[in-house]
Amino acid sequence: MKVLVPIKRVVDYNVKVRAKSDETGPDLANVKMAINPFCEIAVEEAIRLKEAGTAQEIIAVSIGTTACQEQLRTALALGADRAILVETELEVEPLGVAKLLKSVAEKEQPDLIILGKQAIDDDSNQTGQMLASLLSYPQGTFASEIKIGEGKISVTREVDGGLQTVSLNLPAVVTTDLRLNEPRYASLPNIMKAKKKPLDTLTPEELGVDASPRTEILKVSPPPERAAGVIVESVDELIDKLKNEAKVIT
Amino acid sequence: MSILVIAEHDNEELKVATLNTITAAKEIGTEIDLLIAGFSCETVADQACSIPDIRKVIVSDSESYKNFLAENIGLLVSEIGKDYSHILAAATSNGKNFMPRVAALLDVSQISEIISVLSEDTFERPIYAGNCIATVKSSDPIKVITVRTTGFDDCEDQGGSATKENLDEDSNLGISSFVSEELAKSDRPELTSADIVISGGRGMQNGENFRLLEGIADKLGAAIGASRAAVDSGFVPNDMQVGQTGKIVAPNLYIAVGISGAIQHLAGMKDSKVIVAINKDGDAPIFQVADYGLVADLFDALPELEAKL
Repeated sequence: MKVLVPIKRVVDYNVKVRAKSDETGPDLANVKMAINPFCEIAVEEAIRLKEAGTAQEIIAVSIGTTACQEQLRTALALGADRAILVETELEVEPLGVAKLLKSVAEKEQPDLIILGKQAIDDDSNQTGQMLASLLSYPQGTFASEIKIGEGKISVTREVDGGLQTVSLNLPAVVTTDLRLNEPRYASLPNIMKAKKKPLDTLTPEELGVDASPRTEILKVSPPPERAAGVIVESVDELIDKLKNEAKVIT
Repeated sequence: MSILVIAEHDNEELKVATLNTITAAKEIGTEIDLLIAGFSCETVADQACSIPDIRKVIVSDSESYKNFLAENIGLLVSEIGKDYSHILAAATSNGKNFMPRVAALLDVSQISEIISVLSEDTFERPIYAGNCIATVKSSDPIKVITVRTTGFDDCEDQGGSATKENLDEDSNLGISSFVSEELAKSDRPELTSADIVISGGRGMQNGENFRLLEGIADKLGAAIGASRAAVDSGFVPNDMQVGQTGKIVAPNLYIAVGISGAIQHLAGMKDSKVIVAINKDGDAPIFQVADYGLVADLFDALPELEAKL
């Protein structure tokens, strides 16, 4: 089978992002960028399907500026066979991303699309579901385990009260949760080899997709500050404070 | 302007998250309808009719909606929702699952996890793990919104007399089916709606030691949570995870035990009213958000706390 893995370039998860002082946006000057952690899990799952002989080809795709090539090269080093960059300077919203990915999927005809459940920058948690909807595909979101069967995929999902398993007709969209797998690191020889793997570039215009935003960000501000707390010396003092000062226990 | 709220329920009872979502809807407008999509969910519909200030309760009762498969619910909501100016659902694992399908079918953007309503088209939502709050204005004709339940109080659920309308519609795409469910059974309150939450992190060392939290949770009537580190280490199941990509909680009291305070954990609990941190590392970042910090070995502090409560 053919697997399409959309990935997103985001701020590294260790960076604590702050709003710019003029509140026009997040301050992203000189911050480290990386593949979104959930997208890394998606790449890993695709590679495992290939190693198991279930998948024959993995195509990584990303949408954004030329800089996204860096993350696509990482996906190639990890084990993707080729990559596609849909290059745009626009801040594309999940709906626009889903439309662009739909167009790529129609060209590539994958049997399975695996992507992260959420990007850690805008925390939207929408793209996979929107893509599935636009393609009229079923979806297995927040996956912690997948099993491929004949024309079907079984997906175990992380839901509020525990786990739910659904069976989906292929082609399908799967979005990854944390426990699906532990992504590997790229080896140096594979990083070198990845430089020779094909990376094609397309544009939204070539795909015939209008990806202009529908939502305007009026401002980005810091969250309310919490007042400084106190260090208590003992369990007794803690209980006393909770009972008599904060009044949150009786 | 009219608002469609999608009820969160389990075919037996209405979930509190629905009431938080209705509060958000009331801040947008006054013409609010509630959709109950499920199977054999008559009791839920009856409960919903007693919520004050609801214009009508629309009931779509079909086996296709029994397990809330996103493919079927998404299609149903997009059909019903096209006559509304706003469609709201709680940002639960269920709401997060089907709402983007609705938005895509209606060709509109979704605004995820709003924490406040500024006007009918302008909302606040956290981004970057809550380290920034974005004020966003939608230009779409229909606003598809998920609501972070901790951002809105639950509304009254008694005293209303909404009319009930039964829909004879069955949206089944036939491309997905439910296989099984393993839901954790617990007598403790639900994590996202508990008044008190006590959570353990990597410092708990193993799953067995979470028992140290149980005695305290029982005495306080608290729910038990965990950090991503504790879940990743296999101590406890993922449905206990509090954080950016787990559950978002804002109880009156949050007790973080053996949790260092990674950005992604703070994102899930820093709106709690009172935060207590117990950690033996006095430099742990969790102390920066804590109202009361106790620098102590949790294996000493927890038994003492349980005994003295």
